[in-house]
Formats: sequence, structure tokens, C-alpha cells
Amino acid sequence: MAAIEAEALHRTYKTHTGTLRRKTKEIEAVRGVSFAIEPGELFGLLGPNGAGKTTTIKMLITLLLPTAGTARVLGFDVVKDPYEVRKRIGYVFGGERGVYERLSGYDNLRYFAELYGVPPKEQKRRIEELLELVGLRGREHERAEGYSRGMKQRLHVARGLLHDPKVLFLDEPTIGLDPVGAREVRATIASLTEAGKTVLLTTHYMFEADALCDRIAVISQGSIVAEGTPQDLKRGVAEGAVVEVEVYGVPGGTVERVRELGGVLAVSVEEREQAQVLVVQTESEAELTHAILGCLNGADVGRVSRREPTLEDAYVGLVAES
Amino acid sequence: MGWLFHFKMISRSAFEGFGNVIYPLFFATVAFFVFQAGNGPRTLLYASLGSAVMGMWSSVSTTAGGAMQRERWWGTLELLVAAPRHFALILLPVTLGMATIGLYSFAATLLWGRFLFGVHLSIVHPVLFGLSIVGTVLSFGGLGFLFAVSFVRFRAAWVLGNLFEYPVWLIGGFLVPLFLLPDWVRPISWALAPTWGMNAIREAALGGSPLPDLLLCLGLGALYVALGLAVLERVLSAARKRGALSLS
Repeated sequence: MAAIEAEALHRTYKTHTGTLRRKTKEIEAVRGVSFAIEPGELFGLLGPNGAGKTTTIKMLITLLLPTAGTARVLGFDVVKDPYEVRKRIGYVFGGERGVYERLSGYDNLRYFAELYGVPPKEQKRRIEELLELVGLRGREHERAEGYSRGMKQRLHVARGLLHDPKVLFLDEPTIGLDPVGAREVRATIASLTEAGKTVLLTTHYMFEADALCDRIAVISQGSIVAEGTPQDLKRGVAEGAVVEVEVYGVPGGTVERVRELGGVLAVSVEEREQAQVLVVQTESEAELTHAILGCLNGADVGRVSRREPTLEDAYVGLVAES
Repeated sequence: MGWLFHFKMISRSAFEGFGNVIYPLFFATVAFFVFQAGNGPRTLLYASLGSAVMGMWSSVSTTAGGAMQRERWWGTLELLVAAPRHFALILLPVTLGMATIGLYSFAATLLWGRFLFGVHLSIVHPVLFGLSIVGTVLSFGGLGFLFAVSFVRFRAAWVLGNLFEYPVWLIGGFLVPLFLLPDWVRPISWALAPTWGMNAIREAALGGSPLPDLLLCLGLGALYVALGLAVLERVLSAARKRGALSLS
């Protein structure tokens, strides 16, 4: 039995515009998402902001009702058996919210240990183990309002593990962290599957998904556009090439002109400091550098490079073309 | 444990604590100026107790109404709903914690009355007086629970908590004896636990019989909790359907 199963999940929101003449608009945040995660697997749900990652995870952890489709966690339906699901899962999300700032880190964990049904005799031992695991020992009696973002994030991780859940949902757990803090959190995440837990991780950092996940699903605009192991996704671009052109102001229509060139697989524009970078994925045998420069209509060009594609290029290509 | 942690959180705010001490000064002052025209220490004691319960009620009505919105702002409402414990067992300690904070206001009002207006608080039945206060706190917590359950569904509903503050001062008989109110208001007064809690506290202080009022107060408090429980699952389901548990 899969630990987490999602079948054709849909989630539609209604919003209203106007004051006197109200109009209702429906927004499809998740459109027919399906996947299955095996026990002990670390599965990544990768996508840009607004792709539907958090909405999908919230349906699985019973905070949102799906508009259509079904989902089960450890065999329990998320709509019909929410309390059974909640007993068996942990949920960690990124950011500074989600802690009681006027309480100490220790009291935060004590409170949630009560809510999660950790037996009173085990609470102290469990909290101390987790404080050690996440590196908060020595700071646990300070009020959470004095914690740095990284410390609050580590407190979230400790909270999510209090009742030793079999399944963990991590929603962008490293967002906003400095590189050192993010590395520490990733190391903790990697140790979770070693302990036999099933983890669903959402992130928009490709390198994070590549480093941690057994399998990845790329989600864009509410739909899954690709799924497989990091090696599978890389294979999709392995035979191609990537041309990067640094441009000081990409002229209008450039992306469309480049896309029409034969041998071009995907085109995107990235903002990097003072310049923009035109990133073009091409078939490996195609030499298109001159043709691409010709599409720039005399714009100021900086560095031009050609390299092998990475998994991040595969991701950008999938999202750009969806 | 939940009651303790929420009581701790609320009592740690210097601004809220300051408000709970200073705000009752205004309650006490209004009440005493209104009643000073009357004669006898019993009138002033009547006003003192009424204004003390006013402060306690204000503490609950405004904070219980905002309880769910505060949890949303903190990002903790979703964590509470996603916890395996039944949400009622999580919410009731929150509203009881808020009702307990009302005791600060109650005590502060009586102290202001003693030191500013010379009202001597001589309680005829001190044990029943204490029990009446505890019973009133519990029933306020129950009413706060019903408010909070109703407000989970809508992000902006917390403002309604403020709407109930002043009307209950009047129709609960805190300042104005119920017989002075129009006939059609009295059934509403009788349906409110604060009315009976107020009566019990006064009866205990002034030498009457507080037990019937106290039992009614507690009974109504339990009824509010039962009503809240009856609608809680439906309200939570609606909030999950609408995505109202988070700020966005």
C-alpha cells in the first residue's frame, strides 16, 4: 500500500471582484494532480510560486477539502477520516509564523506535545531529544520571539517530529534561510528517511530536490508536468545544450523569435543583478548561437556561453513550456 | 495544559496587562458616578460589583471574538486544526484562559473602588462569593467558546465580539437592574449566563441566596459549550472547504 496516494485532486477557489456589482471568479489552483508515494520514500513536489504545491499539501494534511478527486494517507481518506490521518502525520512549513512567540521554545514544544497526544511520561525525553537533533539545546527556555528565522524553522521541524509520525509533510522548509541554516535543515531532512519515515517535500529549489529526493514531480499551474527520479528528469535534457546570453534589456518579441528557430527546445529569461540572461535549451547537435544573437536586434550583449544542461534547466524548461 | 499556556501567553503582554488594570478604572468611575446619587454603602457596593463584572465580560467578549483571528495571524490556527486532538478540546482551554484573565479586571475594579471611592467590600458569604466568581468565569469561557466556534468560518467575524460587549453590560444587569429594562429584553437577559453570574456574585456579597443563580449560570455555560460542540464539525468543514483557516 502506498503511504500517500493522490488521485485526480482538484481544488478550485472562488474569489469576488467589485463592490456594488459583485462578480464571482473561479480559480483552479490544483487541476487533476495524481501521484503515489511509497513508504520510506522522500518525494519532492517542485514548482514555482503559485504552482499549487502548498494547496496540494494542505489537501493531503486535511486543512483543505478537495473540490474533486481523492487522497489517502496510510490508507485513510483525507476527507472522511481526517482525525485518523492527523494522528499519523507531521506538518512543517517554512517562515517565521506558526510559533507562539510569547512562549519559550520548550513551552511551544510542550504545548504541541499535548496536542499531538505524546504521553506525559515521554514528553520531556522526546522534547530534549528533538532539541538536540535540531540544535536548539541551550536556547529552549528563551521566548520564541527572540529566535532568529533559522531557529524558528528548526523549532518547526522539532514540532513536526514530536509524536514520531510515520509521514511528514514539509512545505518549503528552507525558504528564507541563510545557506548555513538551510544546509542544516536539509541534513535533518535527509536523516528522516534513514529513520524509515515517508516524506513529501515541496520546494522551488531544484538543487534541493535533486540532492534530497528519491523522486520528483514538477508541478506548474496546478498540474504535474513531469515525474520521475532526478536521473530520469536529467536524461530528458542530457543530450541537449544550453546557450546563455547576458543581455542589458531583452527587446520585446525576442523570446518568440528565438522559440521559432529550428532546434530550440525551450526559452526563458532570468533576472540577474544588472542584466537579464536569455537561457535557450537546444538540441545538442544544433549550433544556434549566431542565430540567437541575431534575434536580439542589436541589444547590448555581455557574456555568451554554451554548456551542458542541468536538472535546473530541465525544470525551467518544463515550467516555461507548460 | 492548554489553559495554562494560553493564560501564560495573554498575561505576558505588558500592553494587555496594563489595559486590564487601567481599563477597569473607567468602568469603576462610570459606575460610581452613576450610583453616587443613590444612598447607602449597598448601592455603591452594587455598582462596584457590577463594574467589576463589566470588566470581566469585556475581557472575554473582545478577546474570544479575536481568538481565532489571532491564531490566524500567528499562523497557528492551521496547526491546531491539523492536530489529532479534537478541536473542541483545543479551543475550550483558549477561551477559559481568556476568561481567567478577566479576573485581573475584576480584582482591579474592586481595588479602584476601594482606594478611589472608599467602597468597602464586606462579603457576607465569602465562600459562595468565590464560587460565584469561579462559576461566572467558567460560563464566560463557555460563551467565549461559542463565539470562537462561530468565528472560525469567517476571517473578519472577530469584529462581532466587540459588538456584544456593550449590550451585555446593559441586558446582563451589570449596571442597571433588570426590572428597569423593557419587558421584551428580559427573556434575552435570562438566556445569558452573565446575567445569572452577576446575580450570584451580588447575592453572595450582599447576604442573599446565590445558589440558584449560580446553578443557572453554570447550566447556561454548559449549554453554550454543547451548542458549540454541535456546530463545530460543520463549521470546521465549511472553513476547510472555503480555505478560511489561513490568512490567504
